[in-house]
Amino acid sequence: MEPMFDELGAARRMSVGIDLVQTSRIAASLDRFGERFLRRIFTPAEIAYVTAEPGLTAERCAARFAAKEAAFKALELPEPSFGWRQIEVMRQKSGACQLQLHGATRDAAQSAGIAELAVSLSHEGDYATAVVLAVRNHREAAQQ
Amino acid sequence: MIERIRKILVEHGRLNKDAATLAEDGDLYQAGMTSHASVNVMLALEGEFEIEFPDHMLKRSVFESIGAMRDAIAELTKGS
Repeated sequence: MEPMFDELGAARRMSVGIDLVQTSRIAASLDRFGERFLRRIFTPAEIAYVTAEPGLTAERCAARFAAKEAAFKALELPEPSFGWRQIEVMRQKSGACQLQLHGATRDAAQSAGIAELAVSLSHEGDYATAVVLAVRNHREAAQQ
Repeated sequence: MIERIRKILVEHGRLNKDAATLAEDGDLYQAGMTSHASVNVMLALEGEFEIEFPDHMLKRSVFESIGAMRDAIAELTKGS
């Protein structure tokens, strides 16, 4: 994580997003819309991960959907997007996750001066949640 | 078309207002539609009208009201 203050001592602007998803509702969407639901929301790599353990598909989808929604909130982009596939949750070997932006969402985040994103996922029982922290370079943030 | 959209909202929108009587320009998010519910609405609309919303239409504004959805569907079914 970068320091909260830049080399001149100016505060880097941070924003946070959080989302909560009910796993059973995601399971219902998977039952109803099947492959189409997966393809519209998740990248091929995400689909490979969430379907690797059939018993965990809904839970993994719920956590990742929460992460994408939390990212939209943290990014505070001018045109709220439904570009879920442009925000990819990438799981590291350690189990920690990172976000990778693609396409228009990546471009918009760069224009907004987003320097770094951090994500944390959790689930318990029938709920999954995610928190995303976005850190902006202070120069771009000051222009907004 | 409006009645078919309202029917899908009743089934998938999880609104806290009656979708059958909601104004065409009424804000569906203010009426309780969550992001996940809007995904279900989108997929149900695609099935109902045999369309697929392209990426550039995947915006909150396209799904924020019955009228906005009607306009988007009309554009996608134009000439068909």
